[in-house]
Amino acid sequence: MNEIALLEWVRGTGFQIATVVLVAGVIIRIFEILMLGRKKNLAEAKGSEFSSGMRTIVSRSVPESDSFKRSAFTIVAGYIFHIGLFVTIFLFAPHILLISELTGLGWPALPTPIVDAVAVLSIIALLAILVHRFNNKILRYLTTPGDLFIWFVTIAPLITGYIAFHRIGMSGPMLLAVHILSVELLMVVLPFSKLTHVFTIFMARWYNGAISGYRGVQS
Amino acid sequence: MASHSDKEKTLGDVLRSHGVSRRSFMKYCATTASMMAMSPAMIPMIAEALENAKKPSVIWLSFQECTGCTESLTRAGASTVENLIFDSISLDYHHTLQAASGHRAEEAKEEAMHENHGKYLLVVDGSIPMDNPGYSTIAGISNYDMLMEAAEGAAAIIAVGTCATYGGLPKASPNPTGAVSVSDLIKDKPIINVPGCPPIPVVITGVLTHFLTFGALPELDDLGRPKAFYGQSIHDRCYRRPFYDKGLFAETFDDEGAKAGWCLYKLGCRGPTTYNACATTKWNNGTSFPIESGHPCLGCSEPEFWDGGGFYKALSIPTADVGETVLYTAAGAAAAGVALGALNRATKGSANKAHEKVTLEDLEK
Repeated sequence: MNEIALLEWVRGTGFQIATVVLVAGVIIRIFEILMLGRKKNLAEAKGSEFSSGMRTIVSRSVPESDSFKRSAFTIVAGYIFHIGLFVTIFLFAPHILLISELTGLGWPALPTPIVDAVAVLSIIALLAILVHRFNNKILRYLTTPGDLFIWFVTIAPLITGYIAFHRIGMSGPMLLAVHILSVELLMVVLPFSKLTHVFTIFMARWYNGAISGYRGVQS
Repeated sequence: MASHSDKEKTLGDVLRSHGVSRRSFMKYCATTASMMAMSPAMIPMIAEALENAKKPSVIWLSFQECTGCTESLTRAGASTVENLIFDSISLDYHHTLQAASGHRAEEAKEEAMHENHGKYLLVVDGSIPMDNPGYSTIAGISNYDMLMEAAEGAAAIIAVGTCATYGGLPKASPNPTGAVSVSDLIKDKPIINVPGCPPIPVVITGVLTHFLTFGALPELDDLGRPKAFYGQSIHDRCYRRPFYDKGLFAETFDDEGAKAGWCLYKLGCRGPTTYNACATTKWNNGTSFPIESGHPCLGCSEPEFWDGGGFYKALSIPTADVGETVLYTAAGAAAAGVALGALNRATKGSANKAHEKVTLEDLEK
């Protein structure tokens, strides 16, 4: 298979397979979670589930001062690469073209040099997080090969995207093919790993808040 | 067609008789040396080799093609030294250019093949149909038979144009004639691929010059293309590249961005994945190249370029029809999710039913 044939495969069949797995995986998992159901709560409701849930979505996205003091590095680096992933995925012009072709929705892109800088920051943050993980005894003890795999799957599209944009190390078709392939790997792994939080995080936060709201306690 | 007496002349003699000055000849040698990334010290060597080269016999076979490649190489315009060098080979057989026709033409080919066995250059444009030989025949001979017979005695084969190099338009899905490229069929001869739809004229003359100078083919990439011409992508040499780097894109063919010369990525430009010399050599005697005229690169010198999605869709857009796939997948997955959820609830329900309560008495037993 030559490089162009590989590129055509990842843009065609490969992307189709990855999309089917992603969409099917995420929908099945969300339906399963929603249908789990809870035992009927016989206690009288002492507050609103909905508003407490919504409040918690916001409050749990902002670090508490105590926990920030304890693990400032994890929180800052975590924010950097999460925001970085958002910016590189959703505010880079070629990616917006893809999204608008698939969904009909489009929005203005950030200037490419800004996206480029954000990508570099995100890569540095993810590398620092890995180093931190190995330098910290407890984190190292808790780390499984699965965690490293998820780290790899997350950083790979950033690195391949960076070298594809700057055209480092491989031919044009190969760079693009490798980048798209790394994204397809992420798409396939996402529904079946802790990366599912992309779709479940706000649902989970709302639910946590709703439980507290029902009980009339602060979440 | 070249006469027999012409064949005794050297290339230098022929060029001089065409009124090519020493200055323009040396300029051509210098351009060729720089285009092919050779050291300036090679220029006299190229000049000497070309000066003394005997006109090599070239047999040109055209199969499933549109004659665009020949048009490109022989197109009208200011008479260039490249054209004259092209004129100065002994082109013993070429459907479009030869005066002879019918049996006489075929005889000329047979004669050239016989006389120069093992030494002639075989140039091929067009793909070869493998489904039914009747799809394309010349003098009742199938393209496949003609190619194999001519290839047998060739010193080297130059596949000119995307059809001969990768199958091109005839091979585009669904490939009704079962078209294949020259290198799909011939494995035991040196083949040089000069793709493009059509290829740049100076690329073919550059390859010929290299062959005349060194008696060997130039260095090739993994797709069999001369690295000197196909070593860099259009994108890397594009004068609009700074706009790509800044993220300034033309949105339509006539918006302000297009007028200001912004990058054509969003309009489907294949520059980033296409390797060719258009951005440096340019077309029409160095006038411009497609991107300079405001049109995105189509990627015509790459394999499968007809099937690489719409020409006007950006490279980042998948070629697969994902929209419909997603709808069906989502519907199927929702049904599967509900079914799995119901199954989980049933399991939970039956576990609850089967649950036996442990009493204090049980524990005290």
